[in-house]
Amino acid sequence: MNNHTLRRILFCIVLVLALPLLAQAQELIAGKSFGKAKNEIVVTFATAVDRAVVENPANYRVYEEQDPDIRLALESVVLAEDGKTATLTFTEPLNAKLPHVVSVSGLAEGGGAATFKVMKPYIGYLFSILVGALLINNFVFTKYLGLCVFFGTSKRKDTAKGMGITFTLVMVVSAIMSWFFYQFILKPYGLNFLQIVVFIGLVSLTVQAVDTVLRKVNPALFNAFGVYLVLVIANCVIIAVPLILADNEYNFLESFMLALGAGGGFLLALYLMSSVRERMELANIPTTFKGVPIAFIVAGQFALAFLGFSGLTLF
Amino acid sequence: MATDKTNLQLVVNGILNENPIFRLVLSMCPAVGISTTVMNGFMLGTAVLFVQVCSSCTISLFKNVIHPRIRIPTYTLTIATWVTVIDMVLAAYLPEAYAKMGIFIKLIVAFAIITMRLEMFASKESVNASFWDGIGMGLGFMLGMVALGFVRELLGMGTLLGYDVLGFKPLLFFVLPLAGFFCVGLMMAFFNYIEIVYKRAKRA
Repeated sequence: MNNHTLRRILFCIVLVLALPLLAQAQELIAGKSFGKAKNEIVVTFATAVDRAVVENPANYRVYEEQDPDIRLALESVVLAEDGKTATLTFTEPLNAKLPHVVSVSGLAEGGGAATFKVMKPYIGYLFSILVGALLINNFVFTKYLGLCVFFGTSKRKDTAKGMGITFTLVMVVSAIMSWFFYQFILKPYGLNFLQIVVFIGLVSLTVQAVDTVLRKVNPALFNAFGVYLVLVIANCVIIAVPLILADNEYNFLESFMLALGAGGGFLLALYLMSSVRERMELANIPTTFKGVPIAFIVAGQFALAFLGFSGLTLF
Repeated sequence: MATDKTNLQLVVNGILNENPIFRLVLSMCPAVGISTTVMNGFMLGTAVLFVQVCSSCTISLFKNVIHPRIRIPTYTLTIATWVTVIDMVLAAYLPEAYAKMGIFIKLIVAFAIITMRLEMFASKESVNASFWDGIGMGLGFMLGMVALGFVRELLGMGTLLGYDVLGFKPLLFFVLPLAGFFCVGLMMAFFNYIEIVYKRAKRA
């Protein structure tokens, strides 16, 4: 495949992802988004609207797209001075990850209801999953998973890189397979209790497959990364990600992003840790702390630093 | 090959010489993540004890029919089966504790300690020896978790098993989940120190 075709395919993918954004245009409603506070939706109208109609909470029906039966209770609606921007305040915080449907009656011509959907831009949402798994909820430093392998393979930078890359590869492949199995086999047939057995089986399969393929196709790469493959199975993260996917009902792209973020986060953590541990070998450390104990203290300090990402919101 | 250790020696070996948390440095994720109270440590320790003993016995029973090339997947699936059992039992009978433990119960399946014991011990030894080895390893893990929980609960909240012991909170920092890293590191250093002192006293 040449570069040109690749670019065209990429363009098509971006276009498909961006379609929901383009299709949002509507006549009466000029813009809508989730507000700064967690229980707000901000609606901008194209023209000045009737203050009495807009500021009456009884005229609104708001629900999450997947649960049309559960109405969300409105506390108040405030129209700004220019008569165009209305801020809807709810009694409880909204789950901004889900699309919300808002319908306002008495506004449109002839008294019909104007219905529109409020959602975050999808690419931004995908990106926030990636960054979330990478930094904010880094699996090693804030979820405390995969520590055995983390402490075992973070002594040298080369080892850390090899382990991180192998792990990311297996992670993405096995997460995608787990997603397919969960959505098309476990869920339709009510076999949810088999989650653990199926997911760990898929991971072992992936590891075995990568091992066999790599050995035949690229022996040089196998010599470099083969030793880490066995370790991947003993890593909690690899089984935690499919379980999280199943719990949160992520779709395909979201699952891919989470797996990529989890693998990347593990690589990042390993690399940071190995850089410190290489230097620690030269340092004068008390005998009682040599080896693993000091590694734990350093990991704790990294975890403290990663705590700083917790307030990070990008989109 | 049969082990020449008695049952008691096998159990003590798991608790002291080859303690999973402080000696083998395996299964660290729960040791850091949820050892905030004695109760949490005890609950997860019980679950691990159950899974370890059951899987050890199962593998030991079937060791002659398992083909060596597929032994690792077999171990993993055996463990996964027993983890599913304990997962469903806890979800049904102890929903509160189960909610606190969260994803960690399901993650027992990826604990290196259990797979390692199956590979190193249960696949070679008799059912009886494997049973006692499983008990020793499980108890070692449980005691490690309880010890961590003891230190963190006492220093963090001033309580033990929910009862107020100290009446004040010496180091609130230890309640934070990430203090697990510091706690494990400091306790390992402490045990190392005891060992050094012990050896020096023995020599003198």
